[in-house]
Amino acid sequence: MLQLKQITKVFNEGTLDEKVALKHIELSLQPGDFVTIIGSNGAGKSTLMNIISGRLAPDTGEVVIDGKDVTTMSEHDRARYIGRVFQDPMAGTAPNMTIEENLAIAYNRTVRRTLQFGVTKKRREFFKETLATLQLGLENRLHAKVGLLSGGERQALSLLMATFTKPHVLLLDEHTAALDPARAQLITNLTKQIVEQYRLTTLMVTHNMEQAVQLGNRLIMMDGGQIIFEASGEEKKKLTVEALLQEFQRIRGSQFASDRAVLV
Amino acid sequence: MITALFSSVEAGLLYALMALGVYISFRILDFPDLTVDGSFVTGAAVASVLIVGGANPFIASLAALGAGFLAGCATGLLHTKGKINPLLSGILMMIALYSINLRIMDKPNVPLLQQETVMTIITEAFQRFDQALTTFIPFVPKTWAIIVFGVLLVTIVKVVIDLFLKTEVGLALRAVGDNKKMIASFSGNTDRLTIIGLGLSNALVAFSGALIAQYSGFSDIGMGIGMIVIGLASVIIGEALFGAKTIVRATLAVILGAIVYRIVITLALRVQFLETGDVKLITALIVILALVVPQMVATRAEKQRKARKRGAAVASTQADYESV
Repeated sequence: MLQLKQITKVFNEGTLDEKVALKHIELSLQPGDFVTIIGSNGAGKSTLMNIISGRLAPDTGEVVIDGKDVTTMSEHDRARYIGRVFQDPMAGTAPNMTIEENLAIAYNRTVRRTLQFGVTKKRREFFKETLATLQLGLENRLHAKVGLLSGGERQALSLLMATFTKPHVLLLDEHTAALDPARAQLITNLTKQIVEQYRLTTLMVTHNMEQAVQLGNRLIMMDGGQIIFEASGEEKKKLTVEALLQEFQRIRGSQFASDRAVLV
Repeated sequence: MITALFSSVEAGLLYALMALGVYISFRILDFPDLTVDGSFVTGAAVASVLIVGGANPFIASLAALGAGFLAGCATGLLHTKGKINPLLSGILMMIALYSINLRIMDKPNVPLLQQETVMTIITEAFQRFDQALTTFIPFVPKTWAIIVFGVLLVTIVKVVIDLFLKTEVGLALRAVGDNKKMIASFSGNTDRLTIIGLGLSNALVAFSGALIAQYSGFSDIGMGIGMIVIGLASVIIGEALFGAKTIVRATLAVILGAIVYRIVITLALRVQFLETGDVKLITALIVILALVVPQMVATRAEKQRKARKRGAAVASTQADYESV
């Protein structure tokens, strides 16, 4: 479904600020895989997300989605295959447009935009049904401007908008990190429900190790631009936060506990 | 006096098209586009030259609309492909258009007084109706034709804009101004949308320029100076007076804003002390007032609301004490 071949990315190459963000990343996701990625700040997680989504171009290597090489494809063209939720709840929605208008925009992720109305009677019904699955009552507020929603509601809407058109790959970039614990839990549960419902191939970056252990069928730990640990299947199921921390110390010999990755 | 007000409404309606263009760039795309000063004249120049050359004035006006679209697209290209800051792209295009406009007109001023224009055609078509009206209405403007034509035209343009902004492309266009990152993640080509949006905006501006030239009987190389401020004044006055909750409401507000602006200027110029040259200063003051006053009103209302709440709270605690 998603293949990363020998991805390398260097920032400010040839200057004093040179930083190797990704080193020969190899990763392959099978259809329906739900991979959680953890790692300390500067490990290259966000760079990896940006390279998959097309916001950044890799220096070397290929991004392949569904057998198609999309490495040179622009971000907006590639968006046909990719659904994305950002860390900032404000980032995934248009605040001055209504809920139904936002959904209409998301609906056109896969369908070419034309001069027909974005919100039709039929689509409104569809939007209502889809919104109802969030169980937040948003289906009764179709005409409310999204800027009026709370952070949690906006992030739930962003999640729905990124997923209801069944993307080939779903990218979740610390999408619960900016929310309070209760909201974060709500979004986590919704994520689980939606990913299972649509059987989405998902890549989720998180700082929350507990979340990384609970969700998904595979787990990847990154550090210094490399994948340093991987667990899947039964091994992943048995993982605990303590085991992960020990694993990290064994590999890197450093105190993982020194940064905010220990938001257990 | 009444005649002066009447003609300011006429002019206001024609300028409203320009204001709608500014609304699209300034509010919908969130792009402060200064191309307007140039593209307004481009519209006037293209239409005038074609009319003098014997073209049908309606076709000449449509050609002006097309020229404005191209000018706007050029600004869009400068910004999106050339990665030039929005303000600077507009300024560059504005200055470039000055020379282009001179080339189109071949001289600084093209008179249209002896020519058949959109205005003369509709005035003629309206003659019977005008004669009939004079028997009913005591005060007599020269003709009702331009007002009726203006209202019809502006209404059509308004409705088309309202509908367009509800289409899939229109929604994407609005999202570009609201959250670029978001629309890009939903397959929206932000570059292309910005270029189209600026094209549409300047098409309206140039169309307005073409009609104003025919209305005032000439096109002049300097007629666009300060046009962007007049457009902004209309948008801001309109929004302040009539609200902008929805698109439908906002476009109406912009049109009414353009008319109010013309009326205010006409009235201001009747004050003995003020001279024609003061128009720009008055415009600036109007915009400042329209920006500042609503804020002050809102702050005061908020303060009063809080004071009332405090008062109520104090009263209830006192009541509590007394009851104890």
